[in-house]
Order: sequence, then C-alpha cells, then structure tokens
Amino acid sequence: MARPFPLLSRLLHWLMAAMILAMLFIGIGMVGSLTDYHWLVSIHKPLGAAILVLAAIRLVNRLLNPPPPLPGGMPGWQRLAAHASHWVLYALMIALPLVGWAMLSAAPYPVILYGTIELPPILAPSPETFATLRLLHSVLAFALFATFLLHLAAALMHALVYRDGVFESMAAPGRLRNRTG
Amino acid sequence: MADQPDPANRYRLPSLSDPRGLAGPAVIGVIVLGIAAAFAWVAGWLSPERLSPARMVDTLESLDGTHAGFRRAHAKGVCVAGTFESNGAGVKLSRAAVFRPGKVPVIGRFALASGVPDLDDGGIPVRSLALRFLPPGGDEWRTGMNNIPVFVARDAASFRELSLAARPDPATGKPDPDRMKAFLGTHPETAHAFQMIGAKPQAAGFGDDTYSGLNAFRFIDAAGTATSVRWAMMPAAQPTAALPKPDAAADKNRLFDALAAAFADGPLQWHLVATIAQAGDPTDDATAAWPQEREHVDLGTLTLDHIEAEAPGNCRDITFDPLVLPDGIAPSDDPLLSARSGAYSESLRRRDGEAKTPSAVQPAARKGA
Repeated sequence: MARPFPLLSRLLHWLMAAMILAMLFIGIGMVGSLTDYHWLVSIHKPLGAAILVLAAIRLVNRLLNPPPPLPGGMPGWQRLAAHASHWVLYALMIALPLVGWAMLSAAPYPVILYGTIELPPILAPSPETFATLRLLHSVLAFALFATFLLHLAAALMHALVYRDGVFESMAAPGRLRNRTG
Repeated sequence: MADQPDPANRYRLPSLSDPRGLAGPAVIGVIVLGIAAAFAWVAGWLSPERLSPARMVDTLESLDGTHAGFRRAHAKGVCVAGTFESNGAGVKLSRAAVFRPGKVPVIGRFALASGVPDLDDGGIPVRSLALRFLPPGGDEWRTGMNNIPVFVARDAASFRELSLAARPDPATGKPDPDRMKAFLGTHPETAHAFQMIGAKPQAAGFGDDTYSGLNAFRFIDAAGTATSVRWAMMPAAQPTAALPKPDAAADKNRLFDALAAAFADGPLQWHLVATIAQAGDPTDDATAAWPQEREHVDLGTLTLDHIEAEAPGNCRDITFDPLVLPDGIAPSDDPLLSARSGAYSESLRRRDGEAKTPSAVQPAARKGA
C-alpha cells in the first residue's frame, strides 16, 4: 500500500531519532545533576551541532525526495495533525541548536565542540538576551519532547491499530521493497 | 497481520464500547508513558534528594537571601583588568595558547565569598580572585581562585551540608555547635582543611593575598601527555601598601577601598605558579594539600592595572566557570569541578533574568600608573 520513504530519508530519520532522543535526555539530565553536569554538557554541545547540520541536510533531502503520500482513507484531521507535527519537528530540530548556540554566545560562554573546534559567537554578550534565550531553550525542548511523544504514539497507532503501512514506510529495512497493505 | 481492519473503519478512534480495540492503544500508552517516566527520572523529578544545580543554588539563597541581579555566591565584588605575561615555562607542560611567551589580555574580579552583596568586608575571611584570560583567536581560560590553601569540602553534597551546619541559629545568631561537631565528626577532611586554612597567615587585604585554584587540573602538552597540577596566584612584592588603614574599621568597604587606593599607586602583580603533582597526590579531593616539596613552576606574571565598579559588559556579566578551559588544560577527576560549573551556570541563569542594581563597591574607575 504505502510506498516506503527513500532510503536516505529513512537513514536520516532513524539516525536523528536516536540523536534527538539522546539529546533530550542529556539536556534534562545535565540540569538535574551537579555530578553529571559537565560530562553531559560536553556531549550536549557537539551533538547539538551535529543535529543542526543533519537537520539542514534532512530539510534539503525532504524537498528533493518528498515523502510518500499518506493513505487516502485517513481522515482530514489526522492528515493535518501528521503534516503539522512533522513541520513542528523540523522547526524545533533546527531552532533548538540555534537557540542553544545563540544563548551561549550571549552568556557569554565559548562554544567549544571538542578540543580546539570552537564555533564563533552569533550574538553579542547580553545578560537579558541570555536569560530570554535560556528560557526559550527549555520551553522549546519540552515542546520537542512532547511533540516526539505524540509522533511516537501516532506512529505506533499506524503500526498496531490502523495497520495501514505508514509505520512500515519509515520502518522498512534496506532498499525499496514492495509492500502490500 | 492476519486480521486487517475494515478499511472503511480503519481510522475510527478506539472506543470504550469495543474492548477488543483497546489492546493496541493500551500498549502504546504504556510505551509513551514509560518514556515520559524515564525522562522524569533522568530529570531528577522522581528523586528530590538528588543535588541538582537548582537545588544547590536554592540552598545558597536560603542561607544568604535572594539578592536580585547578583551572583549567588561571591556577590560583592569589583572588576579589574590587565595582562598576563607568560614567561614560556608552561609550554613544556601545556599546549594552551596562554602559556606561549607573550602577553594576553585579562579581565578579573575580586570578591568576598558570600552571597550577600552589601556584606561588611570583615564579614567573611574568604576572598576570591576570578580571572578570564583572552588570548587572540579564542582558547579562552577562566579560573575562580580563593585565598584559602585548600577547599572546605570534598564534594558538592558535603559543601551543602557544611553550609547548612554553619548557618547561624536564629535564636543565638551563632551556628549550632552540635550540628557543626556532628558534621566534622563525619567529615574529618573538612576538620583537617579548617586547620590548614587557620594556619595560613591572613593577608591584610586583597592586594597582598595568595589566591589558589583549589581544584586539580590536567595540563596537556603538545604530545598529548597529561600532568596533574594545581595553580595559585602568588603576590609579587607590592611596592605600595595595599592595606586598609587602621582607622577604616567602620568602613564597610575598607578592603575594596584599600584595593582601589593601591591601584591608584600603580599596577598590582602576581605570579601564576603551578604545583606539579606526583603519583599518589590526590587530584579528586580539594580538601587535601599536596606535599610542600612538590615542584612549583612560575608560569608568568599577572599585572592588574585597571579597576572599576561592576557595570554592563564588564566582569559583572561573566560567570567564572572553572571548566571554561582552553585546549591544553583539562579537568581532573575532582567532583567539585562539575558541581561548580553547574551551579555557576544556574546562578548566571537566575541573575541574568533579574533587574540589576549597582554594586556596593563603587571605586572611581582608574588606570594604574
């Protein structure tokens, strides 16, 4: 029934799913523990930069390799929710690293990814800006986690309840395979 | 999948009236709630006894009060600036840019180690010097140092417990001696640290004091070899009396005033001295001193020639996070480092979102001769 996503799209999806989920747990973990703060922060920054780069690649890939259409029988509100949540996910996976980078610039902290690899500041130092962006970073992260949970629940509804091939179109392993609903 | 749903009804939402259709949604609910619960656990929401940056800063606020706009520790301070001139002796130990021969701009901050921004200068004996080295082209280095030879607690939890034990009893205005005794009984390292701190001759003011980095770090050389070190700023013989006048006892800002007066007479200088650990020297316990006979390496001279009140854009807005390190300096296994980094970050987050009020320390900005 549903045509699978292109292989590159599936690879990017699952790679970024693992990275973003890890990132959300690292982020909430580092503000929750003095003991683990530093080693988690030192993963958080390079992982965030990697997510930003991959999200940009993924956005281009999505425009070049459009996703398969949703099944024709899906009700309008579900189609709307699916499309809207996907664009929210894209927006957040790009906005969160940018806000993090801008926030560290405003703090100011050097944005060190690893060793001598350092990103330049993208904002002038400003306490007020740091406070605002730091709050925004948390709010957007919670929004991303909530959207991820909805996305997961919806994907599993397609897999376990609707059984319409939508889940398989992303979960299909390997090269394009003909699937029947 | 043997039993495909009827395509016409495929997208009907599960209904309580048809329990057979609820198995799938129930499984999904368990998975989603399970992930949310794991998130809550990692966040620490299920373990309120865990010491988070926010809980640590809450404790500091409970002890010293919440003073909007000020850092939650070392609240009363003054900004300084100058240069660090490396003599090149550090190059064999660390590849950090700051140790190559030459001069690097520095900004810094002298402060009292308390969260009360208008504290009497005699109110607490612990004083600090925090520095931010800014070599051209990045590789920034920040360090927060104190005028005590060792730290008073081995880790953040002990420091918090000690701070609470030292809290004055509202009835007597003095700490509860039994509580402190109980703490020292279970923390002999703190009792020992207190002895070491008490044995150090008290400097008269900010300008002639020794400021120790307290925590161990690792210097990494060009070949990648690590050397465990601690560092301190040792005062050069200051030519002028940077000392408070005896009749200044009534002046709440007498130490800061004396510091400003010393700057008027000329720059103040310190030597950055690294102490080199040998095998077995504790790097994970800032309460434990290393033996006196360890090798000391003079890395260069800090010259501070400018003093000014905290203001937008100067040292006021910098957090002297000891883990802002250049390539060539790395953290040790001292658990206090991560704790300091996390707590400073939380303090910055809070104070940067608050309205600022002027510092109690307002020297006339002046450039040393």
